[in-house]
Amino acid sequence: MFQYWNPYLLVAIFVVLGVFLPVSSIWVIGPILRPNKPSAAKQTTYESGVDPIGDAHVRYNARYYLFALLFVVFDVETLFLYPWAASFHKLGLFALVEMLIFLFMLVIGLVYAWRKKVLEWN
Amino acid sequence: MWNWATHPISGLSFLGMVIGAVVILLLTLLVVMYSIYWQRKLIGWIQLRIGPNRVGPFGLFQTAADVLKLLIKEDVIPSKADRVLFLIAPILAFVPAFTVLAVIPMSQHHVFTANVSIGALFYLALSAITIHGVMLGGWASNNKYALIGGMRSAAQMLSYEIPLGMSVVGVVLMAGSINLNDIVIAQSRSIWYFIPQILGFIVFMIASTAELNRTPFDLPEAESELVAGYHTEYTGFRFAFFMLTEYVYLFAMAGLFATLFLGGWSGPFLPGWLWFALKVFLYISIQFWIQATMPRMRVDQLMTFSWKVLLPLALFNLVITAVLKAVV
Repeated sequence: MFQYWNPYLLVAIFVVLGVFLPVSSIWVIGPILRPNKPSAAKQTTYESGVDPIGDAHVRYNARYYLFALLFVVFDVETLFLYPWAASFHKLGLFALVEMLIFLFMLVIGLVYAWRKKVLEWN
Repeated sequence: MWNWATHPISGLSFLGMVIGAVVILLLTLLVVMYSIYWQRKLIGWIQLRIGPNRVGPFGLFQTAADVLKLLIKEDVIPSKADRVLFLIAPILAFVPAFTVLAVIPMSQHHVFTANVSIGALFYLALSAITIHGVMLGGWASNNKYALIGGMRSAAQMLSYEIPLGMSVVGVVLMAGSINLNDIVIAQSRSIWYFIPQILGFIVFMIASTAELNRTPFDLPEAESELVAGYHTEYTGFRFAFFMLTEYVYLFAMAGLFATLFLGGWSGPFLPGWLWFALKVFLYISIQFWIQATMPRMRVDQLMTFSWKVLLPLALFNLVITAVLKAVV
């Protein structure tokens, strides 16, 4: 069991260390070294030197969500491909045919998105 | 002390793990410092300039001076920003960048890194978390440039992660394992995979450049239109952590590239860690060379290129590899 879990313990140590470095340098060492003189002008939002107009928390162009949807489909597909690829040498021709059918169905999806001009930027 | 991979955990071996992680952290910071120096020097030479040469011999301490300068800069948080998310974002971006290094086999015996059985998948899964940090940083700044930069960054990293993942499947198929160390061992027994997987290699090279937001895919921080992209509002050390994330990923991606396509630590005559270092250096130098040579892509070409060119190519590569493997 430890052969399986010990590497993940090391990964956990990496995570802790990865949190420790920014937290210690931004919140512990940083305040001692850096000046702190806040002013209202300094804290305005940057907009190329002029006073900012409006707020950036607005409704945003939904162009990106279509890519996000496509991403979910193809990322899950990639996820299925990994175990298949790792054990392919044991499964043989049957697995190959199965996966070709699976890939073919996804390619249909891609072609559909292509024809619907989802992949276009306009 | 170093036997934690083969024995149950004890106090001493836990100490060994902590020391290993700290060593990798220091190594990473060193690599980042000198890859920034090398970037400025190499691009300087390509453009017939000298590059940094004032701080220390040959300007070797330039990056250290820059980091020190960032540390003593005032930390400005815009009053309109979403304070909590603004503070969390750089950490959220940095932690996965450093954690992925835990699974890269830097030498034959995995002294300081973890021999995780799903290494390649682990890398791709964790690197996706950084997208959240970048996007949150862009949104929480409440700045239009930052918002557009963050959105672009997220869309770009999502789009290029698919071909990246697909090109790795080709390598996994050839090696018959997702464990990165097993992939290296399989390569040392046959041939470095950039030759049989040439198509996957090309796709990986392009997609990884886009994943790293480097030229010609540096649209998220296109200076001429977006000031600095998602970290426009960040100052001082918070900004430094976004930059650090970027260069830690450069190192990690170089490690993944070396492991998957160039045989990792394997190679004749020289010791394993030196082979690994040479291959990482090669990848980093190629990235800087591309940066000095290529203009930036247009935003309308960016997504189309990933979905219409790279994804079909990666799928094609996958089918060919599978068929060849089944026949031969």
